[in-house]
Amino acid sequence: MRAVRFIAINVFKESVRDKVLYNLVLFAIMLMAVSFLLGELTAGQDVKIIKDLGLAAIAIFGLFIATFIGIGLVSKEVERRSIYSLLSKPIRRQELILGKYLGLVLTLAVNVAAMTVAYYSVLGYMAWKAGGNFLPAWEAPAVDPMLLKAIAMIFLQLMIVTAIALLFSTFSSPALATALTLALYVVGHFNADLKNFDAVVTSRPAAFLAKTLYYTLPNLSPLDVKAQVVHAVPVPAGYLLFNTAYALVYISALLTAATVIFMRRDFK
Amino acid sequence: MYVAGIGLLVSVAVVLQMMRERTYADGPAVPDEVLYIDSGPVIERVALSYKTVLADLYWIRALQHYGRERLKPDSTGRFALLYPLLNLTTSLDPRFTLAYRFGAIFLAEPYPGGAGKPELAIRLLEKGIRTTPAKWEYYHDVGFVYFWNLHDYLKGADWFRRGSEQPGSPWWLRTYAAAMMAKGGDRQTARVIWRNILSTSEGAWIKETARKRLLQLDALDQIDRLRQIRDEFHRRKGRSPESWEQIIAAGLLGDVPVDPAGTPYTLNFATGEIAVSGYSPLHPLPLETIPVQP
Repeated sequence: MRAVRFIAINVFKESVRDKVLYNLVLFAIMLMAVSFLLGELTAGQDVKIIKDLGLAAIAIFGLFIATFIGIGLVSKEVERRSIYSLLSKPIRRQELILGKYLGLVLTLAVNVAAMTVAYYSVLGYMAWKAGGNFLPAWEAPAVDPMLLKAIAMIFLQLMIVTAIALLFSTFSSPALATALTLALYVVGHFNADLKNFDAVVTSRPAAFLAKTLYYTLPNLSPLDVKAQVVHAVPVPAGYLLFNTAYALVYISALLTAATVIFMRRDFK
Repeated sequence: MYVAGIGLLVSVAVVLQMMRERTYADGPAVPDEVLYIDSGPVIERVALSYKTVLADLYWIRALQHYGRERLKPDSTGRFALLYPLLNLTTSLDPRFTLAYRFGAIFLAEPYPGGAGKPELAIRLLEKGIRTTPAKWEYYHDVGFVYFWNLHDYLKGADWFRRGSEQPGSPWWLRTYAAAMMAKGGDRQTARVIWRNILSTSEGAWIKETARKRLLQLDALDQIDRLRQIRDEFHRRKGRSPESWEQIIAAGLLGDVPVDPAGTPYTLNFATGEIAVSGYSPLHPLPLETIPVQP
């Protein structure tokens, strides 16, 4: 476990050195600028729009970090040939994969936490400007703890995307890994259509294939509860627990696959 | 050295831009506003998990379209994109309450204040009801469109009644239904409904419209009183007045009467008809409604 921790902290330090955290400044500036500009444009919907925009920005910034750093986690080590010195140390390959993954998840956690603080600060400012945290015209308070549910689900999505990127990073080039990761992210939001494919096709094998893909491909759309929390629609704790369990199991499967592929790779 | 070079290049870019704007003031001809995607289901898929943000963008676009069209001198094709934009907004975010309610007012509102298409307003609100069937505000707004724009008081009453059956609906919704059945479209009922819209709606344009409608109802009351004065003049003098000055000289009025917006009323010297001036912000007044039962 010491090796895993060591690798994870190094991945985090490297991302800090690579100025990944600069995106936080961009996020904060964007939210503040938008909060000042929106009042005139939105006919009283500025708090709703700040909530929507903040959650979407957390998801997009996180997606870019998860994808573009995730795809380089292993392939960069191979390209730079630093993989040889790493593997010559008393580190098992599965520890390397897990450490790399946890390092990027730590980077994402710090990012998402900092963005959440900036997000709530802007919402607090909006509430103060409006003269109260909950006006009758709003569906939910401006500074609403329920938003954390959506942020937690975004973080789970990012954890899955990181695992996908890491998996592709173990056997393909960065460009191909990026394309495949983003494609799976898109499919992950589309695949509810696969579930009901039998309603539009008559071929039973095609319907069976669609259903199989539905259950095997990452299903990210249930993890999207942004609209529900913004509109104060209750999101049951059981639903969040199922999502969390699903994400953790799926991530385990992806990391296991990444480890198996990585262990079979010959770097001689 | 480099900084000076960058500064120079940026300055040249600024100068070129200014020259282009001076030479081609309006730029090359561009088509009117275009909606590249007009299908709700398509855009829902394209938006992935960013539906609500895209809904916000379409909402802002709908507001800009409405604001721009309101100022257009030409009435042809005005507000043509208002329904598609609100339809896309509500497809992307089916719980966007204000988008439905905004549509209810401004799709139904006749020119020049809106698109003059109450049937589209009702279609949009019915879409909202399919998404959130317990939202009494949508039933209220459908009833209101039937009452105010279509003058169909029976249907209006039915929608108000259905709204009053939803959980959490206010007590006064049931009184609307009763008033509509008993008195049809009388001014007092209209006044109460607009006051409620003013106090329960958000959005500056909706509130502005509600305030204007309340002033128009006051103007209709004032015109009724002025007609009585005109008739009194006729009774005394045996002829119709040709100007406000004649009525003032007869001691029936102290001054030229002004509407609630401060513009003098007009008195047609040929017909004796009294109306708000074409220059008044209250012009044109809404069509008078007819009671359901005499």
